[in-house]
Amino acid sequence: MSDPKIEGFELKPGFSGMAKDTASDQTMFKGVHWGKAMMWIFLLSDTFIFSCFLISYMKGRGSTIVDWPNASEVFGLHVFGVDVPLLLIAIMTFVLITSSGTMALAVKYGYERNKKMCGWLILATAIGGLTFVGMQAFEWSKLIHEGVRPWENPFGAPQFGSFFFMITGFHGTHVTFGVIFLFIYAYKTFAGHYDEGKRGWFTTMKGDYVEIEILGLYWHFVDLVWVFIFAFFYLW
Amino acid sequence: MSDEYENKTGYQAQSSESIASGSIGSGVASDSDYVRPAENAEQDLYHGHSFITKWVFCQDAKVIGVQYFLLATFTGVIGLVLSWLMRLQLGFPGAAGFMTAEHYYQFVTMHGMIMVVYFLTALFLGGFGNYLIPLMVGARDMVFPYLNMVSFWSFFVAVAVLLASFFVPGGPTGSGWTLYPPQAILEGTPGSGMGIILMCVSLILFVAGFTMGGLNYLITILQARTRGMTLMRMPLTVWGIFTATVLAMLAFPALLVGSLMMMLDKLLATSFFMPTILKAGEVLEYGGGSPILFQHLFWFFGHPEVYIVALPAFGIVSDLISVHSRKNIFGYRMMVWAIVGIGALSFFVWAHHMYVSGMNPWFGFFFATTTLIIAVPTAMKVYNWILTLWRGNIRLNVVMLWCLGFIVTFVNGGITGIFLGNVSVDVPLSDTYFVVAHFHMVMGIAPLMVIMGAVYHWFPLVAGRFLNETLGKWHFWLTFLGAYSIYFPMHYLGFIGVPRRYFEMYDSPYMTSAVGMNEFISTAAFIVGAAQFILIFNIIKTLKTGKPAGHNPWQANSLEWLTPSVPPEHGNWGEKLPVVHRWPYDFSVPGAKEDYITQTTPPSEVKDTAVEKT
Repeated sequence: MSDPKIEGFELKPGFSGMAKDTASDQTMFKGVHWGKAMMWIFLLSDTFIFSCFLISYMKGRGSTIVDWPNASEVFGLHVFGVDVPLLLIAIMTFVLITSSGTMALAVKYGYERNKKMCGWLILATAIGGLTFVGMQAFEWSKLIHEGVRPWENPFGAPQFGSFFFMITGFHGTHVTFGVIFLFIYAYKTFAGHYDEGKRGWFTTMKGDYVEIEILGLYWHFVDLVWVFIFAFFYLW
Repeated sequence: MSDEYENKTGYQAQSSESIASGSIGSGVASDSDYVRPAENAEQDLYHGHSFITKWVFCQDAKVIGVQYFLLATFTGVIGLVLSWLMRLQLGFPGAAGFMTAEHYYQFVTMHGMIMVVYFLTALFLGGFGNYLIPLMVGARDMVFPYLNMVSFWSFFVAVAVLLASFFVPGGPTGSGWTLYPPQAILEGTPGSGMGIILMCVSLILFVAGFTMGGLNYLITILQARTRGMTLMRMPLTVWGIFTATVLAMLAFPALLVGSLMMMLDKLLATSFFMPTILKAGEVLEYGGGSPILFQHLFWFFGHPEVYIVALPAFGIVSDLISVHSRKNIFGYRMMVWAIVGIGALSFFVWAHHMYVSGMNPWFGFFFATTTLIIAVPTAMKVYNWILTLWRGNIRLNVVMLWCLGFIVTFVNGGITGIFLGNVSVDVPLSDTYFVVAHFHMVMGIAPLMVIMGAVYHWFPLVAGRFLNETLGKWHFWLTFLGAYSIYFPMHYLGFIGVPRRYFEMYDSPYMTSAVGMNEFISTAAFIVGAAQFILIFNIIKTLKTGKPAGHNPWQANSLEWLTPSVPPEHGNWGEKLPVVHRWPYDFSVPGAKEDYITQTTPPSEVKDTAVEKT
């Protein structure tokens, strides 16, 4: 993507350019699609939601009097006769981060108007997300099978179960919504809605490949949040 | 797309050199009047055809604004009736035969939550925000009309769920509007079953709905202004609503998280907020959680919430004062920075609500400091309002009366805020009627006065007719004098130590002087409450028979009064979007023919005037 061309307005780099954009009329972020600006602000708000969750988790973990379970034992897998700590979670993280890569490529091919590549890459991203949710379901069922519940936990503090299920559940919901939209966008891409500028199903906005970038922003955000959840739950 | 737009408006782009050469008031007219060409493509709007798409599931921000306004007013009236019932019990114990202590707590809770969230927030941001933002920045509509419609209906469902809690077993929650755990979800508190669950669900729906609306307001203001409309040419109303929306986007997440965790504590017996609790000698299944955590989450939302209500009021009142005293707002930029500064500071003061919660005393020290710093930008605003009035050509109509009432009330409530911001003064006054008097003055009555002023000011735009002035003056004086009769004595009640949220004082000997005062306060409350129905009567009466307002009845400058049709139609501006050449405060400019120059007046038309460069 190159810088947008704005008629009668010279875009400048750096702080002075930012000040000039801010002082100008009509738009604050020059050449930025309304939907894209909206997604950024939504993600800022969402960041505060996840921050509240994670800060509550730190506070909860700090104030409970029962010992916190050892993450590498609780999340370990027993494969081929050896205990491998954090095996599943490593695979999950790898899959999710890979899906971010395919998403970024989808955005690139979208702007190049390569409908086929773009569509397949969105589909690949969706499948990556689906795999992630599937593995998370497996992990949940494993923990539930071992007796971990939101209200109790055989390995230590009951808050471990509470926070784990709530926060990974909230994140998993984000991923699930992302996957649903990825499938919809893959369909729209293959059907050529973005090439023709077909209007949305509910809105009067014309379709454009920028929508893939907007969904991409959401997807990368969900991915980034996972990195924090990973660090706080599995490495701490 | 942009080519198509330029053909439609017939606008010819000019080279950028002409900006540099054309200074205001000199040279060729077309040079000084130059405004950059449009960046945004013309917005496509969905025009409703049936009754349902035009008035019910409508995508026109103005209709959505009115919908928000009406629904918020409806819930506000419920909150008003609840406050009557509370005052009936406090002034004349036992007069309302059915009322038990449980009912009283439920009414206190619902009154607080309704008034703060479902009435004031929804009215200012949903109501005024939706109606005024697109008009004031010169947009055709909000940028995402469909999302805007969903926002209102989420609010509708949130209100429905909230009101449904009156009809479930156990009734609505009675834990106070702060919903503090552990008592909010333990047996013994009224409504600790379905009541609290529905409250949490309703709040989550409200936050979700508000997020959709809030994104609309922000992007409309940031990315969809008309040609010539810079941020520093926006009316202060838009600045107030904008900053309040930013606060809401960052503060509501804490409420959402708190509500969700509390709901899980109730439904799944998790112990996020629940410490080990002994009940009748037995240990409950809860344990290990932190009730203070909820207080932090709640007040991280709760304090910005005060400014979510106050900042739009600040903005609106600035515009009303400027228009009705025919003077530019004193220190416009200072006003903008004060709004932004108050907004930023409001995120660093939340724990001043928690001085007696048992948190670390050093926290109190920090939060007292930040709290008192807020007095600086706030005082700046008050001085600027007064300096705007100073030597103005004041029209002492109903709108101006409400504005003056606001300034007095706000100063009053603000000063008691300085008392309560100090830890050592706050501790003895905590949970007394002094606190009740303080926050009702500063975030109840003061913003309400702005709402009333704004209704009298913008009704001619929305309905095309003036509201009746005589009825308006009755409404104002009854409300103003009545509100002071209610809340002034409450300060005294606080000083003698009458605790808030008590159902009855029984035979406390030190409170004998409070008995007569409570009767007086209650009587005043009944009269003030009843006086509000004057407005409703006034609106219904003047909708059909009021004096027609015509175009720009107040001789205002801002864009909302400059629409081709009054009331404005869907799409707001007819064929061409307005082009803005100045700020909205060019009143009584020396050398001008009239005492106002509208925002769309190009410099070439007012050549020999001493306008400020904006």
